[in-house]
Formats: sequence, structure tokens, C-alpha cells
Amino acid sequence: MSETSMQFASTLKVWRERAKAYADRILSLPNDSFEKTLSVAFWLCLVCAVLVAFSAVALKSLQEDNKAADMRRNILEVVGLWREGADINEAFKRFEVKVIDLKTGELAKDVDPNTYDMRKAAKDFKLSEPLPRDKDVASIKRKPKYATVYFLKDENGELNALVLPVWGYGLWSTMYGFLALEPDCNTVIGINFYDQKETPGLGGEVVNPNWRALWKGKRIYDQAGTPVLRLIKGRVNPGQEKAEFLVDGLAGATLTSNGVSNLIRFWLGEEGYKPFLAKQCPK
Amino acid sequence: MSDEALETEEFEFAKIKPVLVDPLIDNNPIILQVLGICSALAVTSQMITALIMSIALTSVVAGSNAAIALVRNHTPASIRIIVQMTIIASLVIVVDQILKAVAYDISKQLSVFVGLIITNCIVMGRAEAYAMQNPPLPSFFDGLGNGLGYSLILMTVAVIRELFGSGSLFGVEILPLVKNGGWYEPNGLLLLPPSAFFIIGLLIWAVRTFKPKQREVPEFKILPAHGEVA
Repeated sequence: MSETSMQFASTLKVWRERAKAYADRILSLPNDSFEKTLSVAFWLCLVCAVLVAFSAVALKSLQEDNKAADMRRNILEVVGLWREGADINEAFKRFEVKVIDLKTGELAKDVDPNTYDMRKAAKDFKLSEPLPRDKDVASIKRKPKYATVYFLKDENGELNALVLPVWGYGLWSTMYGFLALEPDCNTVIGINFYDQKETPGLGGEVVNPNWRALWKGKRIYDQAGTPVLRLIKGRVNPGQEKAEFLVDGLAGATLTSNGVSNLIRFWLGEEGYKPFLAKQCPK
Repeated sequence: MSDEALETEEFEFAKIKPVLVDPLIDNNPIILQVLGICSALAVTSQMITALIMSIALTSVVAGSNAAIALVRNHTPASIRIIVQMTIIASLVIVVDQILKAVAYDISKQLSVFVGLIITNCIVMGRAEAYAMQNPPLPSFFDGLGNGLGYSLILMTVAVIRELFGSGSLFGVEILPLVKNGGWYEPNGLLLLPPSAFFIIGLLIWAVRTFKPKQREVPEFKILPAHGEVA
């Protein structure tokens, strides 16, 4: 053995003995002594903290993959491309992800769409702005400056659909979802909510596929360009006036239904995607 | 140095068996002790969530019981509860992290209820009642037994609620629903938390009918109302 490694071994031995002496001393203290109480609290917290930190760090990449896959599954689902057991990432390749500036509606070139997290940005003081009460239709308090928009293209690069992230407050919770539009920027393809905690069976029916199917073909903007699509109480009679702008309300869930109407009005209005949609589909 | 060294008495299954089996029916944490009701109401509308919750709670009780028993002789009485809570909370976070990594969809449905295992009376109850007085191995089995007792009731309630509330078991359709062209009109009440109250109440009634030992002596009698002849 070289001199340094011998030195190292002996230092190690000294420290081991010190640690053992320390442990023996602490363990032999009476349980209710001040020092023992503090030591037990300290060492217990340290061990638990290491355990928790280790599990959080070790599992982080798996959790993030799950989250991303779940998001992609919902985006595929809202345009009707999701099939049980399909390869999510393969199917998702048809989407082009872009980040836009909500105010101008222009492409935000300095933001990387692969890393930008719109939902997180909405809580970040640098990346979002507070909404004055009269403009906060969807009760979301802050809106992000940039939005992620998903462009669905076919094999020839032709635009098939636009998927827009939307959210708004219902009765108990903020409902997060996606709205898919036809390339005309006005006709709805579908809507879904991937994160909501409304009352199961009542407001929770926002996730019901039968109800969501009613959205297909509905229109958002009237002649004047105002987003007028909303939920009404009861059922929509297909013959009734402006039926294309109305969707059945959720039975027994007036506040959740209002929340959905509000989030449509907000996100497709001037504060939301309207500037972007106006550039995307000029009249 | 350590009292644990003295506890390495031989592992005898005969001694462990009652610790493991008793909490299943005879001393069940839900139906006899009526603990842990909150999550039993919240997660039993589907079998899959009930199953994952059962596994999560069982592993937390077994693990925390063993860990608390391990440090029981060196736990200062003044911070006893905090020590227990810290151990339990850490295990719950680890279980929650694992669920988010391997069963993402279900962890989303269980939402806060996995985190709320921390406050589940069964976990604290077993720590105080058993793990503080017994060596780690029996404590582990006591936790396992109580976890399984909890699971048994959760699964029973979930079978009833999912079968008659949604016509399916583990998401597989058993009773074809009217809205899918079948004949069964589901009972919506079973999807709401109060139904679990009724089911657990009926279970307690049924078990106490067959096991009269579990009946409690009434602490007081209700007197006849005024003007009524007793």
C-alpha cells in the first residue's frame, strides 16, 4: 500500500471509531434528556429527508414521461386520433408544436416549444401577467404571455386541425383541457378535460364522451367575430335559432356549465387566442 | 448498546399468525374499530382505485410499524408523535412518488387520497397501540394484517359500488348498461360517497349478527319521551 492510501485508511478508522463512540453515547443517554431528544429528531429527519429526496429524484424522469405521454394522449384524443394501445409518440408526430405570443398572435421565436410549459408559465410571475377582474372571465387570475398551439398536419403538410390548451374555474376546481378547431378557426372538432375535480356524476360529466360528442361541428364566432359559443340549460333543439352556437348544459351542474362557457369566452376572446386566430385565418 | 439485539428471538409463525389474521374480521380496523372511514368512502366507487389504495395503505402501515418499532426504545416521549408522523409521512410520500411513476392514471384518480394516508387513523393507531410496544417483525405483521383488513372491506365495498353503480368490475362490463344498449339501469347513488356509508353500516350489522362478541354494550339508554308510557 502506498503511503497516502495507508494514511487514508487510518483516518477512516479514526473517524469510524469516533462515529461509533458518538452513536453509543447518544443511544445510552436517557430518552428524555435534552440532547437525546434533539439528536433523535435531527437524525430521524435526516434519514427521512434522504429517503424522500432519493425517491423523488430517482423517479422523476419516469413521472415526467408519464405526464408528457398523458398530455399527448389527450391531444390525440381531442382530435379523434387516439386508439387504445397505439404508440402515443408515433401518432403524435403528425402534430407540429409551436409557441405563440398571445397578445400579438405572432409566433414567439425565442421560446422553445419542446420545453415551454404553458400551465407552469401561468403561475410564473415573469412569464405571465395578472388579469384585471373585469377581464378575468374564466377566473384564472393570471394568464401566460405565450401559448402552446398544436398544428395537426396530414401527409402533404396540409393543416387538419388546431389544438388549443384552455382552462377555467368550474365549481370546485380549475378545469384544464384542450379545444380542437377546424382549419377555418371557427368550427369545433372536439373538447376534452384532462384535469378537473368537479362533482363525479354531475359536473364531472365534462369528461363524458357522449356529452363531448355534442361539440363537434359547433361554431365559435358570430358574424361580428365575438365568441358566442356557450352551454345552455337543458337540451339544444337542432331546429332552434343559433343552435350551432349552443351546447347542452350538464344536468345538475349549472356552475360547472357556466365555467365551461366562461373559459370558451375567455380563451377565444381578445385576451386569449383571438389575435392568433385572426392572423391564422384572415377574413 | 442495542436492545434490538435482545429481540432476535426465533421467528415463530404460530405467534405471528394471530397478529396477522385477527385484524381481518375479528378485529377489523374499519368494521370493528370504525377507523379509516374517510378514504373508504372516497376511493371505493371503482375497484381499481380501491385496489391501488389498499396496496398503498397496506405497505405504509406495514413499513411504518416496522420502522417505528425499530426506534421505539430510543424515542423520547416528548416527541413521540412527531417521530411517528415523520416516519409515516416519509413513507407516504415515497408511495405517492412510486404511484406517479408506475401507475400514473390511477394516481391521478386517487389524487389527494394517497397523501391523506398520513392522517389515516389506522396508521397512527397501529403505531401507538402496537409498534411502540413490540419488536419490528411482529409489528410489521401487525401492520400487514391491519392493512389487509382495511383492504378486505375496501374491496367488498368497491365490488358492490362498481357492480351496481357502473355495471362493471375492474372496468369490465358485467351488467350491460341501458345507455350502451343493455338492460341494466345503474344506481347513481352508489357512485356518490354516502352510499359507502350505507354499505359499511350494513356490513357492520351483518358481521355483528354472526359475531355477537363484536356487539358493544350501549353506553346509555334513550329514555321515553314526555307523556309516553314506558
